[in-house]
Amino acid sequence: MSDFFQPVKLTDTVYWVGVIDWDVRDFHGYSTMRGTTYNAYLIVTDRVTLIDTVKESFVPEMMSRISRIVSPEDISCIISNHAEIDHSGGLPRVASMVKPDRILASKMGVRTLREHFNHCELNLEEVKTGDTLDLGTRTLRFMETRMLHWPDSMFTYMPEEKLLFSQDAFGMHLATAERFADLVGPTIVYREMAKYYANILLPYSDLVLKLLDHLEASKMKIDIIANDHGPVFRRDIANVIGWYRQWAEQKPTNLAIIVYDTMWGSTQKMAKVIADGIYKGGGRALIMPMGGSHRSDVATELLHAGALVVGSPTLNNNIFPTMADVLVYLKGLRPKNLIGAAFGSYGWGGEAVAHIRGYLEEMNIDVQSEKRVKYVPDDADLDECYQMGITLGYRLAENSQ
Amino acid sequence: MMKYVCNVCGYVYDPEYGDPDNNIEPGTRFDDLPDDYECPICGVGKEDFSPEE
Ligand SMILES: [Fe+2]
Ligand SMILES: [Fe+2]
Ligand SMILES: [Zn+2]
Repeated sequence: MSDFFQPVKLTDTVYWVGVIDWDVRDFHGYSTMRGTTYNAYLIVTDRVTLIDTVKESFVPEMMSRISRIVSPEDISCIISNHAEIDHSGGLPRVASMVKPDRILASKMGVRTLREHFNHCELNLEEVKTGDTLDLGTRTLRFMETRMLHWPDSMFTYMPEEKLLFSQDAFGMHLATAERFADLVGPTIVYREMAKYYANILLPYSDLVLKLLDHLEASKMKIDIIANDHGPVFRRDIANVIGWYRQWAEQKPTNLAIIVYDTMWGSTQKMAKVIADGIYKGGGRALIMPMGGSHRSDVATELLHAGALVVGSPTLNNNIFPTMADVLVYLKGLRPKNLIGAAFGSYGWGGEAVAHIRGYLEEMNIDVQSEKRVKYVPDDADLDECYQMGITLGYRLAENSQ
Repeated sequence: MMKYVCNVCGYVYDPEYGDPDNNIEPGTRFDDLPDDYECPICGVGKEDFSPEE
Protein backbone atom coordinates (compact mmCIF):
# COMPACT_ATOMS: atom_id res chain seq x y z
CA MET A 1 0.00 0.00 0.00
CA SER A 2 1.27 3.46 -0.82
CA ASP A 3 1.93 5.68 2.14
CA PHE A 4 2.98 9.01 0.69
CA PHE A 5 1.20 12.27 1.68
CA GLN A 6 0.97 11.21 5.31
CA PRO A 7 -0.44 13.44 8.03
CA VAL A 8 1.82 14.23 10.98
CA LYS A 9 0.52 13.63 14.48
CA LEU A 10 1.17 16.64 16.73
CA THR A 11 -0.76 15.61 19.85
CA ASP A 12 -3.29 12.96 20.84
CA THR A 13 -6.02 14.66 18.85
CA VAL A 14 -4.30 17.08 16.47
CA TYR A 15 -2.78 16.24 13.10
CA TRP A 16 -0.98 18.39 10.56
CA VAL A 17 -2.71 17.86 7.22
CA GLY A 18 -1.23 20.77 5.28
CA VAL A 19 0.98 20.80 2.21
CA ILE A 20 4.57 21.69 1.38
CA ASP A 21 5.05 24.13 -1.50
CA TRP A 22 8.68 23.53 -2.45
CA ASP A 23 8.36 25.50 -5.68
CA VAL A 24 7.06 28.94 -4.81
CA ARG A 25 9.71 31.66 -5.18
CA ASP A 26 7.55 34.77 -5.26
CA PHE A 27 4.79 35.22 -2.72
CA HIS A 28 2.99 38.41 -3.77
CA GLY A 29 6.24 40.29 -4.15
CA TYR A 30 8.05 38.64 -1.22
CA SER A 31 10.89 36.39 -2.36
CA THR A 32 10.48 32.90 -0.93
CA MET A 33 13.76 31.28 -1.86
CA ARG A 34 13.15 28.41 0.53
CA GLY A 35 9.53 27.78 -0.53
CA THR A 36 6.76 27.59 2.05
CA THR A 37 4.05 25.40 3.54
CA TYR A 38 0.33 25.96 3.91
CA ASN A 39 -0.56 24.35 7.20
CA ALA A 40 -3.99 22.93 7.94
CA TYR A 41 -4.85 20.95 11.06
CA LEU A 42 -7.32 18.20 11.74
CA ILE A 43 -8.69 17.75 15.24
CA VAL A 44 -10.00 14.25 15.72
CA THR A 45 -12.53 13.92 18.54
CA ASP A 46 -16.20 12.97 18.38
CA ARG A 47 -16.63 16.10 16.31
CA VAL A 48 -13.91 16.17 13.68
CA THR A 49 -12.77 19.72 12.93
CA LEU A 50 -10.52 21.15 10.23
CA ILE A 51 -8.58 24.33 10.90
CA ASP A 52 -7.87 26.32 7.74
CA THR A 53 -7.34 24.88 4.29
CA VAL A 54 -4.63 25.37 1.67
CA LYS A 55 -4.12 27.04 -1.71
CA GLU A 56 -6.75 25.78 -4.12
CA SER A 57 -4.37 23.80 -6.33
CA PHE A 58 -3.12 21.80 -3.32
CA VAL A 59 -6.53 20.55 -2.18
CA PRO A 60 -6.04 16.96 -3.49
CA GLU A 61 -2.80 16.60 -1.51
CA MET A 62 -4.45 17.87 1.66
CA MET A 63 -7.45 15.60 1.14
CA SER A 64 -5.21 12.54 0.80
CA ARG A 65 -3.60 13.37 4.14
CA ILE A 66 -7.02 13.79 5.73
CA SER A 67 -8.26 10.53 4.20
CA ARG A 68 -5.53 8.61 5.98
CA ILE A 69 -7.07 9.59 9.34
CA VAL A 70 -10.81 9.95 8.79
CA SER A 71 -13.13 9.84 5.88
CA PRO A 72 -13.61 13.45 4.77
CA GLU A 73 -17.39 13.44 5.28
CA ASP A 74 -16.71 12.88 8.99
CA ILE A 75 -15.51 16.48 9.28
CA SER A 76 -18.34 18.34 10.99
CA CYS A 77 -16.80 21.77 11.30
CA ILE A 78 -14.30 23.90 9.40
CA ILE A 79 -12.71 26.92 11.06
CA SER A 80 -11.20 29.66 8.96
CA ASN A 81 -8.68 31.58 11.04
CA HIS A 82 -7.56 33.71 8.09
CA ALA A 83 -9.37 34.51 4.85
CA GLU A 84 -6.33 35.11 2.63
CA ILE A 85 -6.45 32.61 -0.22
CA ASP A 86 -3.30 30.73 0.66
CA HIS A 87 -5.49 29.40 3.51
CA SER A 88 -9.02 29.79 2.22
CA GLY A 89 -8.56 29.17 -1.51
CA GLY A 90 -9.36 25.49 -1.02
CA LEU A 91 -12.36 26.17 1.21
CA PRO A 92 -15.15 26.10 -1.41
CA ARG A 93 -13.88 22.82 -2.87
CA VAL A 94 -13.29 21.22 0.50
CA ALA A 95 -16.70 22.35 1.73
CA SER A 96 -18.40 20.85 -1.31
CA MET A 97 -16.65 17.50 -0.69
CA VAL A 98 -17.01 17.43 3.09
CA LYS A 99 -20.38 19.14 3.53
CA PRO A 100 -19.58 20.30 7.07
CA ASP A 101 -22.39 21.27 9.45
CA ARG A 102 -20.67 24.54 10.23
CA ILE A 103 -17.99 26.85 8.86
CA LEU A 104 -16.78 29.31 11.47
CA ALA A 105 -14.86 32.55 11.02
CA SER A 106 -14.59 35.94 12.71
CA LYS A 107 -17.10 38.62 11.79
CA MET A 108 -14.62 40.18 9.36
CA GLY A 109 -13.70 36.67 8.21
CA VAL A 110 -17.27 35.90 7.21
CA ARG A 111 -17.43 39.17 5.34
CA THR A 112 -14.05 38.67 3.64
CA LEU A 113 -14.78 35.07 2.64
CA ARG A 114 -18.09 36.17 1.10
CA GLU A 115 -16.24 38.86 -0.83
CA HIS A 116 -13.81 36.24 -2.15
CA PHE A 117 -16.26 33.43 -2.89
CA ASN A 118 -19.47 35.18 -3.81
CA HIS A 119 -20.20 32.54 -6.45
CA CYS A 120 -20.70 29.70 -3.96
CA GLU A 121 -22.97 29.11 -1.02
CA LEU A 122 -20.87 28.70 2.11
CA ASN A 123 -22.83 28.37 5.34
CA LEU A 124 -20.58 30.73 7.23
CA GLU A 125 -21.11 31.55 10.90
CA GLU A 126 -19.52 34.32 12.92
CA VAL A 127 -17.59 33.71 16.11
CA LYS A 128 -16.10 36.41 18.30
CA THR A 129 -13.40 36.71 20.94
CA GLY A 130 -14.23 34.52 23.93
CA ASP A 131 -16.65 32.22 22.08
CA THR A 132 -15.93 28.53 22.56
CA LEU A 133 -16.65 25.37 20.64
CA ASP A 134 -17.15 22.10 22.47
CA LEU A 135 -15.57 19.17 20.65
CA GLY A 136 -16.33 16.56 23.31
CA THR A 137 -12.98 15.79 24.90
CA ARG A 138 -11.50 19.06 23.65
CA THR A 139 -12.54 22.71 23.55
CA LEU A 140 -11.67 25.52 21.19
CA ARG A 141 -11.63 29.17 22.18
CA PHE A 142 -11.54 31.98 19.63
CA MET A 143 -9.68 35.25 19.82
CA GLU A 144 -9.87 37.88 17.11
CA THR A 145 -6.52 39.35 16.10
CA ARG A 146 -7.67 42.03 13.71
CA MET A 147 -5.03 43.35 11.32
CA LEU A 148 -2.58 40.63 12.30
CA HIS A 149 -2.34 40.76 9.50
CA TRP A 150 -5.80 41.06 7.87
CA PRO A 151 -9.05 42.37 9.36
CA ASP A 152 -10.38 38.80 9.56
CA SER A 153 -7.38 37.20 11.32
CA MET A 154 -8.09 35.23 14.48
CA PHE A 155 -6.45 32.74 16.83
CA THR A 156 -8.02 29.46 17.92
CA TYR A 157 -6.80 28.05 21.23
CA MET A 158 -7.17 24.55 22.61
CA PRO A 159 -6.65 24.70 26.41
CA GLU A 160 -6.48 20.91 26.95
CA GLU A 161 -3.35 20.64 24.78
CA LYS A 162 -2.17 24.23 25.44
CA LEU A 163 -2.10 24.57 21.70
CA LEU A 164 -2.45 27.82 19.80
CA PHE A 165 -3.54 27.81 16.16
CA SER A 166 -2.02 31.14 15.26
CA GLN A 167 -2.61 31.42 11.48
CA ASP A 168 0.06 33.64 9.86
CA ALA A 169 1.42 34.92 13.19
CA PHE A 170 4.60 33.14 14.32
CA GLY A 171 4.85 31.66 10.82
CA MET A 172 7.54 31.73 8.17
CA HIS A 173 7.95 30.90 4.52
CA LEU A 174 10.09 27.80 4.83
CA ALA A 175 9.52 24.47 3.11
CA THR A 176 10.95 21.57 5.11
CA ALA A 177 10.13 17.90 5.34
CA GLU A 178 10.45 18.28 9.13
CA ARG A 179 7.25 19.45 10.79
CA PHE A 180 8.77 20.81 13.99
CA ALA A 181 10.95 23.90 14.21
CA ASP A 182 13.34 22.20 16.65
CA LEU A 183 14.25 19.70 13.92
CA VAL A 184 15.31 22.51 11.56
CA GLY A 185 18.49 24.61 11.84
CA PRO A 186 17.84 27.37 14.42
CA THR A 187 19.53 30.06 12.31
CA ILE A 188 17.26 29.37 9.35
CA VAL A 189 14.16 29.39 11.53
CA TYR A 190 15.17 32.71 13.09
CA ARG A 191 16.01 34.31 9.73
CA GLU A 192 12.86 33.16 7.98
CA MET A 193 10.66 34.10 10.88
CA ALA A 194 12.28 37.56 11.00
CA LYS A 195 11.77 37.89 7.25
CA TYR A 196 8.11 37.00 7.64
CA TYR A 197 7.67 39.51 10.46
CA ALA A 198 9.44 42.27 8.54
CA ASN A 199 7.48 41.76 5.35
CA ILE A 200 4.03 40.90 6.67
CA LEU A 201 3.52 42.05 10.26
CA LEU A 202 5.81 45.06 10.70
CA PRO A 203 3.17 47.71 9.83
CA TYR A 204 1.02 46.38 12.68
CA SER A 205 3.75 46.31 15.32
CA ASP A 206 1.73 48.40 17.80
CA LEU A 207 -1.05 45.84 17.63
CA VAL A 208 1.49 43.03 18.03
CA LEU A 209 2.71 44.62 21.27
CA LYS A 210 -0.87 44.96 22.53
CA LEU A 211 -1.53 41.33 21.68
CA LEU A 212 1.63 40.12 23.43
CA ASP A 213 0.70 42.13 26.53
CA HIS A 214 -2.76 40.63 26.40
CA LEU A 215 -1.41 37.07 26.08
CA GLU A 216 0.86 37.69 29.04
CA ALA A 217 -1.89 39.20 31.18
CA SER A 218 -4.32 36.40 30.34
CA LYS A 219 -1.72 33.83 31.46
CA MET A 220 -2.61 31.70 28.46
CA LYS A 221 -0.32 28.68 28.62
CA ILE A 222 1.15 27.77 25.25
CA ASP A 223 3.06 24.53 24.69
CA ILE A 224 2.56 24.35 20.94
CA ILE A 225 2.23 27.05 18.32
CA ALA A 226 0.58 25.62 15.24
CA ASN A 227 1.11 28.37 12.67
CA ASP A 228 -0.08 28.49 9.06
CA HIS A 229 3.36 28.60 7.38
CA GLY A 230 6.56 26.71 8.12
CA PRO A 231 7.36 24.29 10.92
CA VAL A 232 5.33 24.05 14.14
CA PHE A 233 6.82 25.19 17.48
CA ARG A 234 6.73 22.74 20.38
CA ARG A 235 9.87 23.98 22.22
CA ASP A 236 11.23 27.35 23.33
CA ILE A 237 7.86 29.08 23.00
CA ALA A 238 9.03 31.91 25.27
CA ASN A 239 11.92 32.60 22.84
CA VAL A 240 9.60 32.75 19.88
CA ILE A 241 7.31 35.20 21.63
CA GLY A 242 10.35 37.16 22.78
CA TRP A 243 11.51 37.58 19.17
CA TYR A 244 8.12 39.01 18.25
CA ARG A 245 8.34 41.51 21.09
CA GLN A 246 11.84 42.54 20.06
CA TRP A 247 10.86 43.00 16.41
CA ALA A 248 7.68 44.86 17.30
CA GLU A 249 9.57 47.27 19.57
CA GLN A 250 11.95 48.19 16.72
CA LYS A 251 14.64 49.55 19.01
CA PRO A 252 17.27 51.11 16.77
CA THR A 253 20.63 49.34 16.49
CA ASN A 254 23.90 50.86 15.27
CA LEU A 255 23.46 49.29 11.83
CA ALA A 256 22.80 51.34 8.69
CA ILE A 257 21.29 49.67 5.65
CA ILE A 258 22.65 51.39 2.57
CA VAL A 259 20.54 50.65 -0.49
CA TYR A 260 21.55 52.05 -3.83
CA ASP A 261 21.61 51.50 -7.55
CA THR A 262 24.12 52.88 -9.99
CA MET A 263 24.48 53.55 -13.72
CA TRP A 264 28.19 54.23 -14.20
CA GLY A 265 29.58 53.45 -10.75
CA SER A 266 29.48 56.94 -9.18
CA THR A 267 26.61 56.32 -6.76
CA GLN A 268 28.18 52.96 -5.92
CA LYS A 269 31.46 54.66 -5.00
CA MET A 270 29.61 57.10 -2.76
CA ALA A 271 27.87 54.18 -1.03
CA LYS A 272 31.17 52.50 -0.19
CA VAL A 273 32.76 55.68 1.16
CA ILE A 274 29.69 56.50 3.27
CA ALA A 275 29.84 52.95 4.70
CA ASP A 276 33.50 53.45 5.65
CA GLY A 277 32.58 56.71 7.35
CA ILE A 278 29.80 55.01 9.30
CA TYR A 279 32.27 52.49 10.71
CA LYS A 280 34.68 55.28 11.56
CA GLY A 281 31.91 57.05 13.45
CA GLY A 282 31.05 53.98 15.53
CA GLY A 283 28.23 52.42 13.55
CA ARG A 284 27.98 49.46 11.21
CA ALA A 285 26.81 49.34 7.62
CA LEU A 286 25.41 46.83 5.19
CA ILE A 287 25.38 47.74 1.51
CA MET A 288 22.59 46.32 -0.62
CA PRO A 289 22.79 47.05 -4.36
CA MET A 290 19.26 47.06 -5.72
CA GLY A 291 20.45 45.76 -9.07
CA GLY A 292 20.66 42.36 -7.41
CA SER A 293 18.93 42.50 -4.03
CA HIS A 294 15.28 41.77 -3.40
CA ARG A 295 13.06 44.36 -1.74
CA SER A 296 11.88 41.77 0.78
CA ASP A 297 15.47 41.07 1.86
CA VAL A 298 16.03 44.78 2.40
CA ALA A 299 12.95 44.80 4.64
CA THR A 300 14.42 41.91 6.65
CA GLU A 301 17.76 43.63 7.18
CA LEU A 302 16.02 46.87 8.12
CA LEU A 303 14.29 45.02 10.97
CA HIS A 304 17.63 44.93 12.79
CA ALA A 305 18.83 48.44 11.81
CA GLY A 306 18.89 52.03 13.01
CA ALA A 307 19.29 53.84 9.70
CA LEU A 308 18.16 53.69 6.11
CA VAL A 309 20.60 55.36 3.73
CA VAL A 310 19.46 55.57 0.13
CA GLY A 311 21.42 56.32 -3.01
CA SER A 312 20.10 56.79 -6.53
CA PRO A 313 21.41 58.22 -9.75
CA THR A 314 19.11 60.60 -11.58
CA LEU A 315 17.71 58.98 -14.72
CA ASN A 316 15.78 61.30 -17.06
CA ASN A 317 15.04 63.69 -14.18
CA ASN A 318 13.76 60.92 -11.95
CA ILE A 319 14.78 58.53 -9.24
CA PHE A 320 16.13 55.24 -10.63
CA PRO A 321 13.21 52.74 -10.99
CA THR A 322 14.70 50.01 -8.76
CA MET A 323 15.03 52.58 -5.99
CA ALA A 324 11.43 53.71 -6.37
CA ASP A 325 10.43 50.05 -6.07
CA VAL A 326 12.19 49.46 -2.78
CA LEU A 327 11.16 52.82 -1.31
CA VAL A 328 7.47 52.31 -2.11
CA TYR A 329 7.67 48.84 -0.62
CA LEU A 330 9.42 49.95 2.58
CA LYS A 331 7.07 52.89 3.02
CA GLY A 332 4.12 50.49 3.13
CA LEU A 333 5.82 48.50 5.89
CA ARG A 334 5.97 51.62 8.10
CA PRO A 335 9.29 50.99 9.86
CA LYS A 336 9.92 53.09 12.97
CA ASN A 337 12.73 54.76 14.88
CA LEU A 338 15.06 55.18 11.92
CA ILE A 339 17.39 57.95 10.87
CA GLY A 340 18.29 58.34 7.22
CA ALA A 341 20.29 60.04 4.49
CA ALA A 342 20.09 60.45 0.71
CA PHE A 343 22.80 60.56 -1.93
CA GLY A 344 23.42 60.05 -5.62
CA SER A 345 25.13 61.23 -8.76
CA TYR A 346 23.58 62.97 -11.75
CA GLY A 347 24.47 64.44 -15.10
CA TRP A 348 21.94 67.27 -15.23
CA GLY A 349 18.82 67.95 -13.23
CA GLY A 350 19.75 65.77 -10.24
CA GLU A 351 16.20 65.34 -8.94
CA ALA A 352 16.69 61.85 -7.48
CA VAL A 353 18.13 62.93 -4.13
CA ALA A 354 15.18 65.23 -3.46
CA HIS A 355 12.83 62.39 -4.39
CA ILE A 356 14.56 60.11 -1.89
CA ARG A 357 14.31 62.74 0.81
CA GLY A 358 10.61 63.06 0.05
CA TYR A 359 10.06 59.32 0.48
CA LEU A 360 12.10 59.18 3.68
CA GLU A 361 10.24 62.11 5.19
CA GLU A 362 6.90 60.54 4.33
CA MET A 363 8.12 57.51 6.25
CA ASN A 364 8.86 59.74 9.28
CA ILE A 365 12.54 58.94 8.96
CA ASP A 366 14.73 61.60 10.51
CA VAL A 367 16.83 62.67 7.50
CA GLN A 368 20.29 63.70 8.67
CA SER A 369 22.04 64.66 5.47
CA GLU A 370 22.15 64.46 1.69
CA LYS A 371 24.83 64.65 -0.95
CA ARG A 372 24.62 65.07 -4.72
CA VAL A 373 27.56 64.67 -7.08
CA LYS A 374 27.71 65.78 -10.73
CA TYR A 375 28.80 62.91 -13.01
CA VAL A 376 31.76 61.50 -11.06
CA PRO A 377 32.77 62.19 -7.44
CA ASP A 378 36.18 63.86 -7.04
CA ASP A 379 38.33 63.67 -3.90
CA ALA A 380 36.53 66.56 -2.24
CA ASP A 381 33.16 64.93 -2.92
CA LEU A 382 34.33 61.63 -1.47
CA ASP A 383 35.64 63.43 1.62
CA GLU A 384 32.20 64.90 2.08
CA CYS A 385 30.64 61.44 1.72
CA TYR A 386 33.08 60.13 4.30
CA GLN A 387 32.20 62.97 6.70
CA MET A 388 28.52 62.32 6.12
CA GLY A 389 29.11 58.67 7.03
CA ILE A 390 31.05 59.58 10.18
CA THR A 391 28.24 61.80 11.42
CA LEU A 392 25.72 59.05 10.70
CA GLY A 393 27.97 56.61 12.58
CA TYR A 394 28.02 58.87 15.66
CA ARG A 395 24.26 59.17 15.65
CA LEU A 396 23.80 55.43 15.18
CA ALA A 397 26.11 54.67 18.09
CA GLU A 398 24.28 57.23 20.22
CA ASN A 399 20.77 56.06 19.30
CA SER A 400 21.55 52.41 19.91
CA GLN A 401 22.79 52.99 23.49
CA MET B 1 -16.66 68.53 8.36
CA MET B 2 -13.26 66.90 8.84
CA LYS B 3 -12.59 63.31 7.71
CA TYR B 4 -10.52 61.04 9.95
CA VAL B 5 -8.21 58.20 8.87
CA CYS B 6 -7.54 55.02 10.84
CA ASN B 7 -3.78 54.88 11.50
CA VAL B 8 -3.82 51.08 11.48
CA CYS B 9 -5.79 50.03 8.41
CA GLY B 10 -6.37 53.25 6.46
CA TYR B 11 -10.19 53.29 6.80
CA VAL B 12 -11.53 56.82 6.33
CA TYR B 13 -14.35 58.03 8.56
CA ASP B 14 -16.34 60.46 6.44
CA PRO B 15 -18.91 62.33 8.55
CA GLU B 16 -21.01 62.93 5.47
CA TYR B 17 -21.71 59.18 5.26
CA GLY B 18 -21.38 58.18 8.91
CA ASP B 19 -20.62 54.50 9.52
CA PRO B 20 -23.52 52.14 8.80
CA ASP B 21 -21.62 49.13 10.25
CA ASN B 22 -21.57 50.83 13.62
CA ASN B 23 -25.03 52.43 13.26
CA ILE B 24 -23.58 55.92 13.01
CA GLU B 25 -25.95 58.30 11.20
CA PRO B 26 -24.75 60.37 8.25
CA GLY B 27 -23.79 63.85 9.39
CA THR B 28 -22.14 62.75 12.66
CA ARG B 29 -18.89 64.63 13.35
CA PHE B 30 -15.89 62.51 14.37
CA ASP B 31 -15.79 64.33 17.72
CA ASP B 32 -19.39 63.33 18.34
CA LEU B 33 -18.76 59.60 17.87
CA PRO B 34 -19.21 57.62 21.10
CA ASP B 35 -16.07 57.12 23.21
CA ASP B 36 -16.17 53.38 22.59
CA TYR B 37 -16.35 53.82 18.81
CA GLU B 38 -14.25 51.26 16.96
CA CYS B 39 -12.90 51.21 13.41
CA PRO B 40 -15.31 49.05 11.38
CA ILE B 41 -12.40 47.33 9.61
CA CYS B 42 -9.74 46.72 12.24
CA GLY B 43 -11.41 47.47 15.55
CA VAL B 44 -9.04 50.10 17.00
CA GLY B 45 -10.46 52.97 19.04
CA LYS B 46 -10.85 56.70 18.32
CA GLU B 47 -7.38 57.46 19.66
CA ASP B 48 -5.92 55.62 16.67
CA PHE B 49 -7.52 57.98 14.14
CA SER B 50 -5.92 61.14 12.72
CA PRO B 51 -7.48 64.05 10.83
CA GLU B 52 -7.13 63.55 7.08
CA GLU B 53 -4.70 65.99 5.52
FE1 LIG C 1 -1.95 36.18 5.27
FE1 LIG D 1 -0.58 33.08 4.90
ZN1 LIG E 1 -8.89 50.56 11.08
